[in-house]
Amino acid sequence: MIGRLGANPAETIIHETGQWGLRFLLLTLCVTPLRLISGWHDINKRFQLRKLFGLYAFFYSSLHFIAYGLLEHSVDLSAIFSDIVTIPAMTIGFIAFILMIPLAITSNSTLIKRLGKQRWKQLHYLTYPIAIAAVVHFWWLAQTKADISEPLIYATLLTILLLLRYPPLLERLTKKK
Amino acid sequence: MLIKRPNDIPPSEITPETIYRQRRRFMQSVVKTTVATTVGITMPTLFSSTTAAGVLPANSQSEAIDFPRLKTSLLSTDEDQTPFKKIKNYANFYEFGTGKADPKAHAHTLKPRPWSIPVVGEVEKPQMFDIEDILTKFTLEERIYRLRCVEGWSMVIPWVGFPLRDLIKRAQPTARAKFIQFITLHDTQQMPGQKSPVLDWPYQEGLRIDEAMHPLTILSVGLYGQLLPNENGAPLRLVVPWKYGFKSIKSIVKIRFVEQQPSTSWEQYASDVYGFYANVNPDVPHPRWSQKKERRIGEFFKRKTLMFNGYGEQVAALYNNMDLRKYY
Repeated sequence: MIGRLGANPAETIIHETGQWGLRFLLLTLCVTPLRLISGWHDINKRFQLRKLFGLYAFFYSSLHFIAYGLLEHSVDLSAIFSDIVTIPAMTIGFIAFILMIPLAITSNSTLIKRLGKQRWKQLHYLTYPIAIAAVVHFWWLAQTKADISEPLIYATLLTILLLLRYPPLLERLTKKK
Repeated sequence: MLIKRPNDIPPSEITPETIYRQRRRFMQSVVKTTVATTVGITMPTLFSSTTAAGVLPANSQSEAIDFPRLKTSLLSTDEDQTPFKKIKNYANFYEFGTGKADPKAHAHTLKPRPWSIPVVGEVEKPQMFDIEDILTKFTLEERIYRLRCVEGWSMVIPWVGFPLRDLIKRAQPTARAKFIQFITLHDTQQMPGQKSPVLDWPYQEGLRIDEAMHPLTILSVGLYGQLLPNENGAPLRLVVPWKYGFKSIKSIVKIRFVEQQPSTSWEQYASDVYGFYANVNPDVPHPRWSQKKERRIGEFFKRKTLMFNGYGEQVAALYNNMDLRKYY
């Protein structure tokens, strides 16, 4: 056994990079509620946590996609393409990944300025469908192995995080100065 | 006369004592490792008391050898066998949890003795087999088979077992016996994973009678020359090497000959994904992944999956008139 990677290290790598991508996505969605509820605005102003977590999410998702392409298909592009177009669980995973690319590119401050605050914000609302697509991707894959307990946890957390976005609810929880 | 101190070595370059001592220890360990490795590679049986077919020298110190004289079989493959450790630590046995390492971690609660298996249904001679009878009454062989999991990984496993056909002949199936059904233990104390309803317990499987009578089909009682570890389906399991691994039901408690095609657990779970026949077939994809390739445990990249897991020569005739896309 290659230490902690187990008897099937390729599978572990694909699985774990995907999981970390998903975890960082959810962490990204934690930042704003946390900032508003705690009143600790340095989270974004100084530490730029949302940017950090978002980029880590993209990093791990890229690793996940590369690991899949390399270890599952030995970079056979036609096989990868075939998977993506014929298997719904793969289609949705690929969509989640593709949508992250413009977000990763526009995390850079020069591009933020060029886009303008309004448009940048609108673009980055894509985080919601990206997170949903990623969870569905995981759920559909786990379903055929009869064990959805892991994706269920993510789905529950995501639901809570999305509910926290509901303006009246967020208003109530926001720490008043 | 004063002896002059040599002044070409400044005091700062004198090796500190701690480093000097560490280096001695380091050199000693290099020598020890080299000797041990050389001995280990060239004389692996130096410390083992016996050598038996199918037993690794590494295991012979810690575990008893249970099958010292096994018949070999022409049906065995000569491919590299998957290391015993990996076979034990990577398995799907949801009765002990759904993780691959769960069976090894949790199967200690299984009690493979006492164990008896009723053989009933459409037979002239219904009877009870005690596992101890099975170990003595049937001629045991070593069968080194490929095992291909539906998930896309595979292993080469040196099973110890006997042809299922030998047991069937003793039971004397009637003309109405068209299929044979196998059932696993159902006991949440021994199999805590059964507390979770991931599948409808107990696990059930089945074969068409001609598949069951095929010389490749075995009931296995051991692995690597030793009794089956709990995590691999102790004390008795089925091995059908040309089908996906989930057909090779573990820890069998009942065998029944039936007229109608029996329901099987994974087919019950998702009949659009898992079928009764489950023949390894690179041309029939799983709804979530292609079956064209598989990862042989121990290899990093995937290799091509063979029709009937490479046993086509022996079994293709069983399915001559069947549409294998329909009967997956």
